[in-house]
Amino acid sequence: MRNDIILSGVGGQGILSIATIISLAAVENNLYLKQSEVHGMSQRGGDVQSHLRLSSKPVSSDLIPYGKADLIISVEPMESLRYLPWLSKSGWLVTNSTPFININDYPPVEDILKEIRKIRNHKIIDGDEIARTAGSSRSGNMVILGAASHHIDLPFKSLENAVEEFFAKKGTDITGVNIKALRAGREA
Amino acid sequence: MQKQLLLGDEAIAQGAIDAGLSGMYAYPGTPSTEIMEYIQSSGEAKERGIHRQWSANEKTALEAALGMSYTGKRAMAAMKHVGLNVAADPFINSSVTGINGGLIVVSADDPSMHSSQNEQDSRFYGKFALVPVYEPSSQQEAYDMVFDAFDLSEKYRIPVLFRITTRLAHSRAAVRRRLPEPQKPFRLPSDPRQFVLLPAIARKKYKALLSVYESLKYDHRLSKHNVFKDGKNRKTGVITCGIAYNYLVENFPEGGPDFPVLKLTAYPFPKDLISDLTGRCEEVLVLEEGYPIIEEGLRGILDNSLKIIGRLDGALPRDGELNPSIVGKAVGIRSEPLYKIPEVVRSRPPSFCNGCGHSDTFLAVMEALKPYKSNGVFSDIGCYTLAALPPYNIINSCVDMGASVTMAIGAADGGLHPSVAVIGDSTFTHSGMTGLLDAVIKNSHVTIIISDNSTTGMTGGQKSHATGRLEKICEGLGVEREHIRTIIPLRKNHEENVRIMKEEFDYRGVSVVISSRECIQTASRRRKSESSERKIQ
Repeated sequence: MRNDIILSGVGGQGILSIATIISLAAVENNLYLKQSEVHGMSQRGGDVQSHLRLSSKPVSSDLIPYGKADLIISVEPMESLRYLPWLSKSGWLVTNSTPFININDYPPVEDILKEIRKIRNHKIIDGDEIARTAGSSRSGNMVILGAASHHIDLPFKSLENAVEEFFAKKGTDITGVNIKALRAGREA
Repeated sequence: MQKQLLLGDEAIAQGAIDAGLSGMYAYPGTPSTEIMEYIQSSGEAKERGIHRQWSANEKTALEAALGMSYTGKRAMAAMKHVGLNVAADPFINSSVTGINGGLIVVSADDPSMHSSQNEQDSRFYGKFALVPVYEPSSQQEAYDMVFDAFDLSEKYRIPVLFRITTRLAHSRAAVRRRLPEPQKPFRLPSDPRQFVLLPAIARKKYKALLSVYESLKYDHRLSKHNVFKDGKNRKTGVITCGIAYNYLVENFPEGGPDFPVLKLTAYPFPKDLISDLTGRCEEVLVLEEGYPIIEEGLRGILDNSLKIIGRLDGALPRDGELNPSIVGKAVGIRSEPLYKIPEVVRSRPPSFCNGCGHSDTFLAVMEALKPYKSNGVFSDIGCYTLAALPPYNIINSCVDMGASVTMAIGAADGGLHPSVAVIGDSTFTHSGMTGLLDAVIKNSHVTIIISDNSTTGMTGGQKSHATGRLEKICEGLGVEREHIRTIIPLRKNHEENVRIMKEEFDYRGVSVVISSRECIQTASRRRKSESSERKIQ
């Protein structure tokens, strides 16, 4: 088993939470993993990414080579395109459709979606809307993770366990909402 | 023991705790910050009573670590690569004094400058100071090497440098821990003059250091981490180190490379290992993250007839970090066609958070400067450096910690008026205060604006030494009371803030404007933790 995953979004959108949750689930399944992330200046409203590599064999590189990612999980549509050179031609791109607009020259969303639709395997979902319906507008990242879970070779139950472990300190209400968002994303 | 998922930074921190660390000293700096943060949040570190408070800057951190070592206990100082410039004086002299308790200095390099002003290579400092350098390529190695580094430091009585790069610092993997060792007992140096670098003593100690540096490269604590793996394809041999080794192996998923590979993990490296490889190959490819230090060492000045391939002959880029694809190309792996980034994708540079106090400070500075047709301000290292970007475009310098104050002084000397510096609170206590003293002594015509967000914001909100002390510090340094002005950077105060700045720009002397409002990131985290505490109560 080997899953090379790129997570992308804008600083503050919660991609590191997604990375941590998948990592916890991978540990539960006794997989090897490396997860590389960006800290520092670019976190201030800039583009952020994380490389997450799961494998049944030891992982060498902390970075995924170009063209080798099996999956891009993006919480922002334009950011999903920024990492296309990493995506394998047989890989999947799963992205949120709601743009995060903090620059003046943000392109029309339809132009972005048009480019995403050119990718052979893609899934575009409105994570923010589904999260609101599930009861928390701040759980959009869990919706996207749920939608991408079909392409991660881990039992869905492990992801649920990881969400519970991750949010345990924040209480049962917040954990419940995030589980609900994760499931809603999986069914979307 | 059970495996734990740790960043490279955290693996070093956990290694230090388990190896009997007594004192951790650091100033925040990407990508090194998480070393101290991990020790600060560790329950074990708390239980063991490990000292773990931030220092004012990297120099004070390293000196305090040397003081901890003086008492016979194990100490660690951590910083980003440019922080080692600040701490270079104690670092280089500590190799001459030597240590008492084990001393490790961690320097985290940032090739490709993700969050830095340059991409200097800390291994250079190891050679400069004549101290051994460890360079791990995995989180587990980083953890394990800490134990050997402390032992080596105590055996040869010299500090040890630990060099990591961004990708290891900020990459997480499982680490298997060892049983923790006890801390070292309090034991003062047997030679009371060990740390007294009077010339007569320093000369003797330097001679001793030179011979130690020659002999320690054969010590197993250094050499056992080097790995030589022979291969049947002997045209090209590869010498690699650090994270570059991972990129090399990545390109050979089935059984690894079929050519000889020498992985170096410590410096100075023994010549015999290098000769083992070069003796059996027609050419050598050097893969290293950062400067071509191994490569230059191999090349020497005279051509030794061996063909060397690396960053110096253009086979690999001379600057920037490596990645699996660059390394793959260098070893002849052909890449498949890739998806391209569509043109519709715009760049998204970092920017001030919504409601950031720095932003309101700069809006006032911009307006206050308008009448002078001035071309901007000197500034410094921190989130506020983002005012170099549109729509502000108001910053004309960002050089090193504290340089805004002193460049403003020099420019005022050269005739610039108003000569204005904008510096953050933590940067000011790091290295701005001494510059301000210069200004006071010379009565420079400068205005220093301290954009005080009561935290070290860019590295994630660490405690700032300046909080609640800025007015007293400025007064104590000799700035006249009536020219220390405090403002609150809020939109509703804009007119008044502009007026105050203009008044101080007009003043021919040293003035300080403290523009004070808490970072909105730390404020929001504080409110969240306060509200959850209330819920618990």
